[in-house]
Amino acid sequence: MNEFISLMKPELILTVVIFVLLFIKLSKGVNTASLLNLIQFLLLFNFVAGFFFNHQGNFFGGMYHTDALIAVQKNILSLGVYLISLLFADWFKKTEHLAEFFILLLSALLGMFFLISSGNFLMFFLSLELATIPVAAMANFDLDKKVSSEGAMKFILSSAFSSGILLFGISLIYGATGTISFTELPALITGSSFQILAFVFLFTAFAFKMSIVPFHLWTADVYEGSPMATTSFLSVISKGAVAFIFITALYKVFQPMQEVWYNMIMLLSIITMITGNLFALRQQNIKRFLAFSSIAQVGFILVGISGNSPEGLASVVYFVLIYVFSNLAAFGVAATISSRTGKEKISDYKGFYNTNPFLTWIMALALFSLAGIPPTAGFFGKLFLLKAGAANANYLFITIAALNLIVSLYYYLRVIRSMFMDKNEAPIEKIKVQRSTKFGMYLCAAGIVLVGIFSWVYDFIQSLT
Amino acid sequence: MNLTLLILIPFVTAVVVLLMRTRQQVRWVSLIGAAVQIILSLLLFVYFRNEVAAGTTAQMLFQQNYEWFPALHIGFHLGVDGISVALIMLTSFVVIAGILVSWNIEKMTKEFYFLLLLLSLGAYGFFLSLDLFMLFFFLEIAVIPKYLLIGIWGSGNKEYSANKLALMLMGGSALVLVGLLGLYFTNPERTFDLLKLSTTNIPYNIQMICFPLLFIGFGVFSGLFPFHTWVPDGHSSAPTAGSMFLAGISMKLGGYGCLRVAVYLLPEGAKEYADIIIILSVIGILYGAFVTMMQKDLKYINAYSSISHCGFVLLGIGMLTKTAFTGAVIQMVSHGLMTALFFAVIGMIYQRTHTRMIDEMGGLLKKLPFIITVLFIVGFCSLGLPGLSGFVAEVTVFMGSWEHTDMLHRIITILACMSIVVTAVYILRAVTKVAMGPIKAGFSHLKDAAWNEKLAAVILLIGIIAIGVAPFWLSDLVKPGAEIIMQKITGG
Repeated sequence: MNEFISLMKPELILTVVIFVLLFIKLSKGVNTASLLNLIQFLLLFNFVAGFFFNHQGNFFGGMYHTDALIAVQKNILSLGVYLISLLFADWFKKTEHLAEFFILLLSALLGMFFLISSGNFLMFFLSLELATIPVAAMANFDLDKKVSSEGAMKFILSSAFSSGILLFGISLIYGATGTISFTELPALITGSSFQILAFVFLFTAFAFKMSIVPFHLWTADVYEGSPMATTSFLSVISKGAVAFIFITALYKVFQPMQEVWYNMIMLLSIITMITGNLFALRQQNIKRFLAFSSIAQVGFILVGISGNSPEGLASVVYFVLIYVFSNLAAFGVAATISSRTGKEKISDYKGFYNTNPFLTWIMALALFSLAGIPPTAGFFGKLFLLKAGAANANYLFITIAALNLIVSLYYYLRVIRSMFMDKNEAPIEKIKVQRSTKFGMYLCAAGIVLVGIFSWVYDFIQSLT
Repeated sequence: MNLTLLILIPFVTAVVVLLMRTRQQVRWVSLIGAAVQIILSLLLFVYFRNEVAAGTTAQMLFQQNYEWFPALHIGFHLGVDGISVALIMLTSFVVIAGILVSWNIEKMTKEFYFLLLLLSLGAYGFFLSLDLFMLFFFLEIAVIPKYLLIGIWGSGNKEYSANKLALMLMGGSALVLVGLLGLYFTNPERTFDLLKLSTTNIPYNIQMICFPLLFIGFGVFSGLFPFHTWVPDGHSSAPTAGSMFLAGISMKLGGYGCLRVAVYLLPEGAKEYADIIIILSVIGILYGAFVTMMQKDLKYINAYSSISHCGFVLLGIGMLTKTAFTGAVIQMVSHGLMTALFFAVIGMIYQRTHTRMIDEMGGLLKKLPFIITVLFIVGFCSLGLPGLSGFVAEVTVFMGSWEHTDMLHRIITILACMSIVVTAVYILRAVTKVAMGPIKAGFSHLKDAAWNEKLAAVILLIGIIAIGVAPFWLSDLVKPGAEIIMQKITGG
């Protein structure tokens, strides 16, 4: 029993929080503002509690596995969810079903916790479903908008499709090796063509979840249709979680097939970066813009993964942490503008600096970090990914990746330019930012500036790998 | 001498500027910060001279080495040799002049000064770094301030120019990045440390891949032909201080990087590609000079002539002789001071006449005696009049390149020499049109330079004349550094 509590502490805390919210929802008469405060407090508690009493071990006969690095990964996700609760306060206060939204969101997070901790493909599949299905409901949360339902429908259909492929892949794996345990599999993986076929199916499912090109087609529509809070959850938290388990699967389970997956990762990484970048160039809607830019970022994550080394693992975890700060900050600003004025086009941001210098600086900082410009943390994140990838001495690959940085800078600068430089007769008027949103933005800004320059964050992550 | 101070002072100044409220406070804080920095850089020069006089044999002095990312063997490693000392002094001169020249800027003063200081921080850090990761970090820090300075405070087709500049420089640094990663993995210790890498035996094929990446990457920053196209647009659209920083400091980052990283660490690659470098740089020199002849806008004149002058830097580096290296560094310092002053003067003239077209000006010498006199001096420096810094630099480069006796080098040298005549043509034409002749209508009420403008001009003039009249303090400072790079080339 003690072991149960100590090992599964993050999941248990989260479950308790979900139940608390459920009970509050049942008792009537709680106003939204104080409920939001409570949720923020609970999530902060969840985040802080993640730092203490972390143990290493297995449970359920190896189906559940945890160690210090996994605890850090869970903490990164908890941090992201806490930031979401702060940054989208404007929208949360307007929504009628705040408690339900967070119940769904936390259920998905619970699924991700189990996902990261899974030590077995069965557990992996179950937790992936838990992490996906609530998100479909969250995508539908702008109840009066048609696009929202459309996005949710697209999401649920594509996830169901990818789940089917995943299950097929898992059953092939079982057929080929007779086991689905992560610890037993590596010894049985030989790289025979049957196993490669099984791996390709599994890989496809991962690619769907991380929106790796050519499995990215759902991304932009779902992002555009969903409320901004869901979009940011999908693009940051959900992708981060899948990236973590993806890297575990590749580095641990399929290590004997390294030559096979290295080529796949390399090719898909190049295609993903280029496609994401090229599509992001032409987007007018800020959500679609961020959707395609996040596809390009996934391409960069794949560069790090291709390194196949402890540095590759560390750089991916580090990058996801930075990505949480930068992308959420960008989404936070966009959501604040959108929920106050309804404006979501990049051209609406013209002259924004004159009326809202604070929001503009936060957005600029976030975009510079996404583009990988020093002294922001994004620079270090991108560089370490490239460095991990360069260990294979494949210079063409790294050059293509580095040149993609230029393309991405171009479109990030487009937003910067319209906010700082373009003239506008009627810019968006001064927006009064909620206190908690402002706090969240300061947290993001601090993260963007400090996580890079203060090297101990990276060293700490690397020391765990 | 504690070199961290040289990074810390601009950083602290920039942060304090952000906290200030009024315009008055902002500019005084910036000025004080820049003044402290200039004093520090002069102190650095004095200490460095003392150390050298005391007979030190260390390659890099005043080293400070801390761990930054120990897991990846990335260090915070500072150190200087004569080349870096010279360029740090140049930077501090240009920075203070730039701050003085923009004294009356009214639009978003705080942000403007913050970005200027951030840009200078990048330059100081770049010249001080002995760790290539740090060097790259500081190289890239400077890109975004340039973009915003041009895009927000610029004139003309500023958004286009700002975009072009940011993307081309980013492209340059992307190539540099790949080259640096290539170097990183050659050393069995996996290090970015310049001194450790310089003792590593880098395989020939890696040198052949990495050298062009690094040289072109840094070359973009210093306007290497055919990657020079950001130079005229960027310089002409930037605000006065922005142009001064761009031409005076930022283009020098490229030259320094080519010399310190590409040529020094990859001598075999340098030897193989030297012919291509000198051909490209002489094309740049001649092309820049001829295009300048056709320009009517003062800023474009100086921008294109910068391509021509920076070509001499690259030519000196490509010649691979000690004297030519020394000449290249002197040219960097000289051109930095000269071009910054040129842009400052253009800015002063523009503020008064609201035009930069030379055809619309005339007879300004009578109305603006101080400003136009400075324009004359700086013009003469640009065309290489003895007694001013331009002459010293160019002569040293030519002497260095004449050490080669083969046909190609001779022809290249002669072609490069010929550009001086062209320079004389465009400078004299421009300066005469602006200064001489009858005063154009509407220019009769103009006032001469204010105290801040005079001070800025005098500071830069001191540098130009000090190099021109007594060049040996500078060449003695630079030579040992050039010697070490040369040893790598002859020994490797």
